[in-house]
Amino acid sequence: MTATERAPQTPPAPTSAPPTPRRRAPRLSRLLLNDRVAVVAAGVLVLAALCALLGPLLLGEAAQRQDLALSKLPPLSFDELGWLGLLGTDPLGRSVLARVIVASATTFAVALPTVILSMVIGSAIGLWAGFHRGRRETVAMRFADVIMSFPSLLLAVVVLYVFTPGIATIVLVLTITRIPVYLRTSRAESAELQRRGFVDAARTFGTPSGAIIRRHVLPIVLPTLLTVATLDFCFVVLAESSLSFLGIGIQPPDVSWGLMVAEGRTYLRTAWWLSFFPGLAIVVTTVSATVLSAWVRLATDPAQRWRLSVPAARKKEVPA
Amino acid sequence: MTTFLRKRAVSSAIPLLVVLLGVFLLARLTGDPTSLYLPESATPDQRAEFAAANGLDKPVWQQLLDYLWGVLHLDFGTSLRTGEPAAEMVLRAYPHTLQLAGVTMLLAVLGAVVVGSWAAYRPNSPADRASSFLSMTGASVPDFWIAVTGVWIFAVVLGILPTSGNDNGILSWILPIFVLMIRPLGVLTQVVRGAMVSALSAPYVRLARSKGADSRRVVTHHALRNAAAPALTVAGDLAVGLVNGAVIVETIFGWPGIGKLMIDSILQRDFAVLQAAVLLTAVTIFLLNVVIDICYALLDARVRDTTTV
Repeated sequence: MTATERAPQTPPAPTSAPPTPRRRAPRLSRLLLNDRVAVVAAGVLVLAALCALLGPLLLGEAAQRQDLALSKLPPLSFDELGWLGLLGTDPLGRSVLARVIVASATTFAVALPTVILSMVIGSAIGLWAGFHRGRRETVAMRFADVIMSFPSLLLAVVVLYVFTPGIATIVLVLTITRIPVYLRTSRAESAELQRRGFVDAARTFGTPSGAIIRRHVLPIVLPTLLTVATLDFCFVVLAESSLSFLGIGIQPPDVSWGLMVAEGRTYLRTAWWLSFFPGLAIVVTTVSATVLSAWVRLATDPAQRWRLSVPAARKKEVPA
Repeated sequence: MTTFLRKRAVSSAIPLLVVLLGVFLLARLTGDPTSLYLPESATPDQRAEFAAANGLDKPVWQQLLDYLWGVLHLDFGTSLRTGEPAAEMVLRAYPHTLQLAGVTMLLAVLGAVVVGSWAAYRPNSPADRASSFLSMTGASVPDFWIAVTGVWIFAVVLGILPTSGNDNGILSWILPIFVLMIRPLGVLTQVVRGAMVSALSAPYVRLARSKGADSRRVVTHHALRNAAAPALTVAGDLAVGLVNGAVIVETIFGWPGIGKLMIDSILQRDFAVLQAAVLLTAVTIFLLNVVIDICYALLDARVRDTTTV
């Protein structure tokens, strides 16, 4: 998150809010259930994850079943295919719905490892660099600058030219391009925290720096990192689908939403649903990730959390 | 100011060198370079001839020097597809991309300044909601899908815009620019809005108000000037992102620019052209960063005078 985004500091919680008997902040799950938009977003992501988990098992065969008699049926053709005909069929007579569901597995197979790997590597380097300052910090930041100042697609283009495109290569490329995001965030926070009194106290007791970073610095930085990761999930999903769309990402016979949009482009005049619905699946997933990330940012920030527990009627009066 | 610029130029030149070296290393050290440059169907004889002709039998350090020498002379070899010099093909495509990117950035900046400052000036107004919508769309909607859907609606169903190419006058510009603008517009609107929110609550704005300057003048003369610096800082990142967007947009709309050239040369395994295009893009981004730094120094005296940046 950039500094400008955080800049408008909020006034303290409105005093007119009814005093709660318990002084403890409301639990996160309770807060989430109160926010209807965030619940929908979280629900969509859970549904997508379930599709990714169970889809290939339940519908893997349906997504491959070809029947030229059923070629390019429009959406809502329930008579021929049952509920699998909801989104129509492709030129080979395969159900678009089944393929969209199966493709969600590819999306998660790329996005989850990428987000986790880049978060772990990036924040480990960032925490270490920010804690020790000095030359280590400079080297780490230069490294991040170099990656950031280079279009991620160009790196992908060159690497995927040399190596065979596949899930592992895409994860590798995207991880490299996403490491700086976590590196910068965690370095800034860690550099600020290492001056604090509790870190000094730990140092005085002779705690090794690795343990200080793990036990005292990391827990404070973690919420920020998780917020960044939720937003980054959305970025990685978009990046993977863009690569697949361009033909240098997931290769057929594997399915990916981006690849489906690309394949459907040829049939735009006769079968618009081939590229429309996979794209819609991307939009629904990424918008949910963005909404949830905004919510996590509020919910994990003690100074901003009150906004989530203000009743909707009051929220309008508070400057956003 | 010169110290600042020199330091910034050096630090933005590092990525450029990394790209130069990276392309060279990928081409030489990941195995037999002939498999990179020649199509997969090349015969062993063709491969041996190619290796001898390009000095691939020399030691690696000499190859590196030859390579750098060639780059300095814009000698990237010839395209396997057309037999033309790769540099010529890339330079022919380059202006098309620059035009597209330039017009897009101009419109995006204008739109972001108007919507962003209006949103900051009147919280919860339609403009404020528009700015949240724009930044949400910019961050989460795939541009290729907007492009494909746009072609479907405006070219296939309504038939009022051309599906591809750039030889239809102003009409062929509308969809590519609209699609390419989504992301920069979203990011810039958010940055301008954030910067304006803090600028509008700054003491100098309150002073300007209290001495009776009318509110339009306060926004345009006092607040916006100071809000311009953060917007300029993200401009470099946006240009980097614009390259990604240009590859997608040019591929979909058949725009004869450098992005389409890159994808075409990947899909047809034309490494010489790919290499020239990647290097030219990296040089462009480097120059752009230097220009941004100069603007930044001109805009903000604090940056200009400090020597410890």
